[in-house]
Amino acid sequence: MEIQIDNARLSWQGHRVFDGLSLHLPGGQWTCVLGQSGVGKSSLIQLLCGIADRATVSAEIRCSDGLPLRGRVAWMAQQDLLLPWLSVLDNVLLGPRLQQQRRASAEQQEQARYLLSQVGLADHADRLPATLSGGQRQRVALARTLLQDTPLICMDEPFSALDAVNRIRLQDLSAQLLHDRTVLMITHDPLEALRLADQILVLQGSPARLSAPLRPAGATPRALDDLQILQWQGELLRQLAEEPER
Amino acid sequence: MTPALLPRLLRPLLILLGITLAWQLIVWITGVPRFILPGPLAVGETFLNQLPLLSRHALVTGAEILLGLLLGVLLGLLSALSLVTWGSLRRWLLPLLVVSQAIPVFALAPLLMLWLGYGMASKVAMATLIIYFPVTAACFDGLRQTPTGYLQLARTLGAGRRAQLLQIRLPAALPAFGSGLRVAASVAPIGAVVGEWVGSSTGLGYLMLNANARMQIDLLFAALLMLALLAVALYFLVDALARRLTPWLSETFNHDAQ
Repeated sequence: MEIQIDNARLSWQGHRVFDGLSLHLPGGQWTCVLGQSGVGKSSLIQLLCGIADRATVSAEIRCSDGLPLRGRVAWMAQQDLLLPWLSVLDNVLLGPRLQQQRRASAEQQEQARYLLSQVGLADHADRLPATLSGGQRQRVALARTLLQDTPLICMDEPFSALDAVNRIRLQDLSAQLLHDRTVLMITHDPLEALRLADQILVLQGSPARLSAPLRPAGATPRALDDLQILQWQGELLRQLAEEPER
Repeated sequence: MTPALLPRLLRPLLILLGITLAWQLIVWITGVPRFILPGPLAVGETFLNQLPLLSRHALVTGAEILLGLLLGVLLGLLSALSLVTWGSLRRWLLPLLVVSQAIPVFALAPLLMLWLGYGMASKVAMATLIIYFPVTAACFDGLRQTPTGYLQLARTLGAGRRAQLLQIRLPAALPAFGSGLRVAASVAPIGAVVGEWVGSSTGLGYLMLNANARMQIDLLFAALLMLALLAVALYFLVDALARRLTPWLSETFNHDAQ
């Protein structure tokens, strides 16, 4: 599903984070928004997810199916946000459990188990999150996001808390499992954006503006040692570094 | 596991033995009379001889403590839930609740006797009152300090207010509730015994006062021992219960310990 956002405005404690922002999310593609910390990347995601609590927000959001976006966005954050008292399986089933008074249907249970096997954690279903490693926990969060099956998936630096190797692994896994889904991913890592995105935009300035989209060619996840990718990485880094430090 | 468990049980036993020994030594060396400080042997003897009497009174005090604990925890939990759920109630009631803590609850004991009589009711009320605030405060804080990420996630997952409260905020508050419960378990016996001191015809507090007046200091100590055993047993019971409420916490703990 295609999504067009216009006139997005968000201010927080009297500070205009962005104003009159437009963003087009092509259906079935990954859009990455790059920017340094504090520029308002997360605010953009929170606006779309309807969880920008302490900010004043407004935006015109149009979905290609004509229905409102509200309630149809999955959110994957930097922290896995697994509930420590629920098993891995129940964490994946959190959505159905919250909507249906704790009971998930047999069909949903089966789906959750299938997704856990997809992220390579089939035999961890009954364990508590505290017994998993950081990478495993983020895999569970990915499975939970997949179970939601929403037309838009918003990912807010989902891999930045992981070590380098685990980050690459999870990027690959996400690219594979979320292929053909409409995804908006926020990151401060140009290489991550270049590996995964169909279009990349840079969010810069105060109030923040979006740059013209960059569209790397080729299927994702792209190779780490691709020369074109590395050259773009240098360019994007230079562009990001031009902005004064926050 | 077994080699680690042994010193854990052995250590408190050794400490207890050491204290008892020191106590006996003091009695031997100073030759202090029995009606001022009886030795541990004398107390132990009285404890065994008067076991039926002690048990009878312990049963009353135990019932008062348990009832007070139950009522106090229930009321505290309900208050905390109401305070979290209704903002206007919070604004009106919270300052009142905090100020009410300036009143020493013990000072109310004579009034409670007057209103509720010399029976168990006034002691239960005393124990309830004394634990009500710590439990309310612990639960209220626990319910308020839910990580915002959990609540935001719940909202993106389509959770209503009820589901957020029951499935996110309540379980997230369980560790805080557990510590409130532990505090309550250690404070409730004080309430019951103070209640008995002010006026009663049964209970360990009554027995202690009575024994004191008759210079039966060994019986006073035996009653004290009984009370301590009761309080310690209660604490461990509640602690075990609190651990069962939050199995994920002990699991992390074990994980760290390994």
